[in-house]
Amino acid sequence: MTTRPIAEDDLNAYVDEALDAERRAEVVAYLETHPEMAERIAAHRAERDLLRVAFAPVVEEPLPPQLSLARMIEARRRPAGTPRWAMAAAAILLLGVGAAGGWSLRGMGVAPSGGLQALGREAAASYAVFAPDQARPVEIRAENRAQLVAWTSRRLGRPVAIPDLASSGYRLMGGRVVATEHGPAALFMYDDDKGNRLVMFARPMTNGRDMPVAPHVQDGINGYTWADDGLGYSLVGAVAPGLLHPLADEVRRQIRSEA
Amino acid sequence: MTEMVRLIEPLIPALRRYARALLRDRAAADDLVQDCLERAIGRWHQRRADREPRAWIFAILHNLAMTRLRRAANRPRPVAVEDVGEGDLANPAAQEDSLRYRDLVSALSRLPDEQRTVLLLVCVEELSYAEAARVLDVPIGTVMSRLSRARERLHKAISDNSRPETAHPHLRRVK
Repeated sequence: MTTRPIAEDDLNAYVDEALDAERRAEVVAYLETHPEMAERIAAHRAERDLLRVAFAPVVEEPLPPQLSLARMIEARRRPAGTPRWAMAAAAILLLGVGAAGGWSLRGMGVAPSGGLQALGREAAASYAVFAPDQARPVEIRAENRAQLVAWTSRRLGRPVAIPDLASSGYRLMGGRVVATEHGPAALFMYDDDKGNRLVMFARPMTNGRDMPVAPHVQDGINGYTWADDGLGYSLVGAVAPGLLHPLADEVRRQIRSEA
Repeated sequence: MTEMVRLIEPLIPALRRYARALLRDRAAADDLVQDCLERAIGRWHQRRADREPRAWIFAILHNLAMTRLRRAANRPRPVAVEDVGEGDLANPAAQEDSLRYRDLVSALSRLPDEQRTVLLLVCVEELSYAEAARVLDVPIGTVMSRLSRARERLHKAISDNSRPETAHPHLRRVK
């Protein structure tokens, strides 16, 4: 009776305990007559065990709340499921809170870091110029969405997604490319039934690829700014921070799940 | 979606472990896992229901990790490597106090990504070769040959770098 020659793959599978009993016995027999190879394989098995032990503590750690799957699914479901009247009621409530809240943010020491600060200023400045414009707030209107995506993506040098805020009561009006000190930026404008306008602003970051969401306020214009994947985003509007923050979270969620 | 929670939730600790082993930074790794879960929720209906979800979700995480590592590698370093003291380079490992066997972990981190990932997926995550092949999107033969090279290289790195507190005190050089 002849056995198949022992291959490197068999030795690997022996280390990983992936052989059937018969083949395993053949490998064991082979190693008994090849002590140098046996030593090498024993070392590989020992190193495999050490690797397991080295990383074992991670699985013992309690999961941080940000990794609660049930909560993430719930958060994703909620925006679409909330009835419009509840959103409106919340908005009225928050506008009152926000008038005070917007102010208090100034002194809270939550100023965003360097790159984000510049981005937030640029976004607020663009909002101040374009949002009050009744004649031509956007260059390309929402009907030509594909054209708008192509233009902004080309100028920013990377794909730009336009978030859908319809479930929060904001429709896309359109957008344009605007100038900043750090190169071209994409501006997308939204409005609700009462004509309140929001601006979503995006441009590549020169430093800091990922930065958490940070609030800012400038001349009564609130904003939330963050960076994901090297692209900086800012959602700005003359609405209360309490109303803007969930919208910013929603925008971020959409961008992340599309990437 | 309750099915998703049932199937995916038990895998989250292992996803964290893989991300942590690759990025060697707790916060960055957990961010990556969060991204991975967001994407998994969004694509849950697209997955093949007849397959185990483990390779599917590890593939999502793996691709995110590779994108992140590639981007980190492409970014110019603020200082030349020659100017960095050994202590600076060792710093990422020092962040990870919970990881034992620092020599082993640092030897692992010096392997090329394609070897490091296959070693972690097969040895630590205990994926089958077929599952690892699906995660890495390569043929099983490639998994096997990378695994061989990875084992040899890790073994060599550890043996060369042996110090009394490591697993091979008998290899210590006496001068």
